[in-house]
Amino acid sequence: MFKKTGIAAFAALSLSAGGALAAGAEGHIEDVAFSFEGPFGTFDQIQLQRGLMVYTQVCAACHGMQYVPLRTLGDEGGPHLPQDQVFAYSAQFEVFDPEIDDFRPAKPTDHFPAVTSAGAPDLSLMAKKRAGFHGPYGTGLAQLFKGMGGPEYIYSLMVGYHEAPECAPEDFPGSYNAAFTAGGFPDECKDEHGHHTVPGSWTAMAQPLWGDDVEYDDGTVATLEQQAEDVAAFLMWAAEPKMMARKQAGLTGVIFLTVLSVLLYLTNKRLWAPIKHRKDS
Amino acid sequence: MSGIPHDHYEPTSSGAKWLHSRLPIVGLLYDTLMIPTPRNLNWMWIWGIVLTFCLALQIVTGIILAMHYTPHVDLAFASVEHIMRNVNGGHFLRYLHMNGASLFFFAVYLHIFRGLYYGSYKAPREVTWIIGMLIYVLMMGTAFMGYVLPWGQMSFWGATVITGLFGAIPLVGDAIQTWLLGGPAVDNPTLNRFFSLHYLLPFVIAALVVLHIWAFHTTGNNNPTGVEVRRTSRAEAEKDTVPFWPYFVIKDLFALAVIMVVFFAIVGFMPNYLGHPDNYIEANPLVTPAHIVPEWYFLPFYAILRAFTGDVWVVMFFNWITGGIIDAKFFGVIAMFGAIIVMALAPWLDTSSVRSGRYRPMFKWWFWLFAVNFVVLTWVGAMPAEGIYPYIALMGSAYWFAYFLVILPLLGVIEKPEPQPATIEEDFEAHYGQAQTPAE
Repeated sequence: MFKKTGIAAFAALSLSAGGALAAGAEGHIEDVAFSFEGPFGTFDQIQLQRGLMVYTQVCAACHGMQYVPLRTLGDEGGPHLPQDQVFAYSAQFEVFDPEIDDFRPAKPTDHFPAVTSAGAPDLSLMAKKRAGFHGPYGTGLAQLFKGMGGPEYIYSLMVGYHEAPECAPEDFPGSYNAAFTAGGFPDECKDEHGHHTVPGSWTAMAQPLWGDDVEYDDGTVATLEQQAEDVAAFLMWAAEPKMMARKQAGLTGVIFLTVLSVLLYLTNKRLWAPIKHRKDS
Repeated sequence: MSGIPHDHYEPTSSGAKWLHSRLPIVGLLYDTLMIPTPRNLNWMWIWGIVLTFCLALQIVTGIILAMHYTPHVDLAFASVEHIMRNVNGGHFLRYLHMNGASLFFFAVYLHIFRGLYYGSYKAPREVTWIIGMLIYVLMMGTAFMGYVLPWGQMSFWGATVITGLFGAIPLVGDAIQTWLLGGPAVDNPTLNRFFSLHYLLPFVIAALVVLHIWAFHTTGNNNPTGVEVRRTSRAEAEKDTVPFWPYFVIKDLFALAVIMVVFFAIVGFMPNYLGHPDNYIEANPLVTPAHIVPEWYFLPFYAILRAFTGDVWVVMFFNWITGGIIDAKFFGVIAMFGAIIVMALAPWLDTSSVRSGRYRPMFKWWFWLFAVNFVVLTWVGAMPAEGIYPYIALMGSAYWFAYFLVILPLLGVIEKPEPQPATIEEDFEAHYGQAQTPAE
């Protein structure tokens, strides 16, 4: 709740208005109907495996995923790879082992490697540390209906690379992305009030997915949109691997407590009946 | 222990007599549980149980989380991820704890507003009210320090901003801030002491809860009419009351179960809705987040803190009269803490002889305006301090103080209260006298 909010830190400290940020950028976020949405939604195991492929062959070139243990690739509710594949997959990474003071192939008990390229953020929690949906008016109500929008943000970022708008100078650094809001923005694309005339901003990450970047084993056509959706789903799993267990526990709790509520309601009603209707009884 | 006459525990077996003559603990529990409770209590009197449950929930989940958490700046964030990924049931425990804080504050606000409407703070329940306010302040401190522990971006920068408030105190501010943080900035010593205090304070709260309950068991519960239970004889008292067990235990448990349905739905299906995504980014002292926002339950006071800027005439006046010692920043801090202090002083600021807002025609309007104002302050606390928002925050803050310092004292003088029922029994019978009236 109350997401699109606040002021810069030092503005808060000095209790003065924080202007620049609030006038800020709007990103274009597309609402994707993921399989894991809603109380009953589940991860699509095959989609997670496709997303893992995209992650491994494209994202992992620059990004790490240091909080995700490799063994969890075999977990039920996740990509659910067979044991031998988990071992084989792990072995492709080199990790530093302080015990032997040398690098060795990773085992399933190791984590995905940390960031390997300077400046590329870790992707372990990317689907939770970005909220695609905000507002309206700082109430956060949109998230009540659409979800936080983390995977939607990743999807929109992947498909959000477009030709730079005409207002921008040709030598403006970075790639224009309609979903990315935290990047550079040329003054030429602001109106007289400082408001942005085009969505998004310029990001340091060059367009990573174009379509046909990977070849899916299951025959799915690797369009840009398909790959973006798959990797977004995979990163949602990476950020929240226990989502299925959580929803299951939540549902059990809701059902159990609903029954308990009904029983307590009836007990309460019966208990109070002689007190409330004393005159007539 | 209660001033209301009722039956007391009598040990029957020889073993019970043996214990009772040495430690009358069974009698204490019996008297506590069987306390005569006004039979007309409505559904706004359930929040006490909900709050007791919240405290227990937070302590139990918190103790287990502490077994797996590491309070070190290099390891804290990773240890939370360890809880989320590797600890059996850890993800659910953490989400229960995280959202439990929100439920705690949701319940405490309704509890406080119930007290404000029905005049529960008035004599002879001032001590209950003051202890309640102390609990509330400790809750805020505990929640604030708990939010720092995951060591995300919002943890770090929230801690930086809030401890910075103490730095606004003239002369000694910097020294206090350094003392609180254990160094010049938020760092490992800060995290260590916040963890230590976050573990300690809930037990202080628990002790205050015992005093809170002891105090209102001595005075007896307030009730929607504000009319006191008759105490001249036990027979008369029993016309106004029923024992807490089983009548209110079952009623409150029913309410708690319904609230738990919603709570489990939130924890199970949208556990991060009330949180801030930035807190899934590990703390980085070199990168300031674009927006620093406290958790929702702090927003009304955050709005009051930010409302008093240098161009407000009150601020300018105090700045001038104190020779610049009270600047806008310090004034905001005073206002924020003052907002809670004036609320704590409500028993002495409210001059009306009528306790319950139900029989106060003018008070009602001002009260509901106060409640709406609270929601508005919560909302505006989340908005950027620009455009029209600072004006809304200033008006809301001004009304907060006006309510306690002007309206409550004046209303007691100018308001003509409506007639109150003579007894609780009369009020109760008016609702439930006829058999065809369905139960609540």
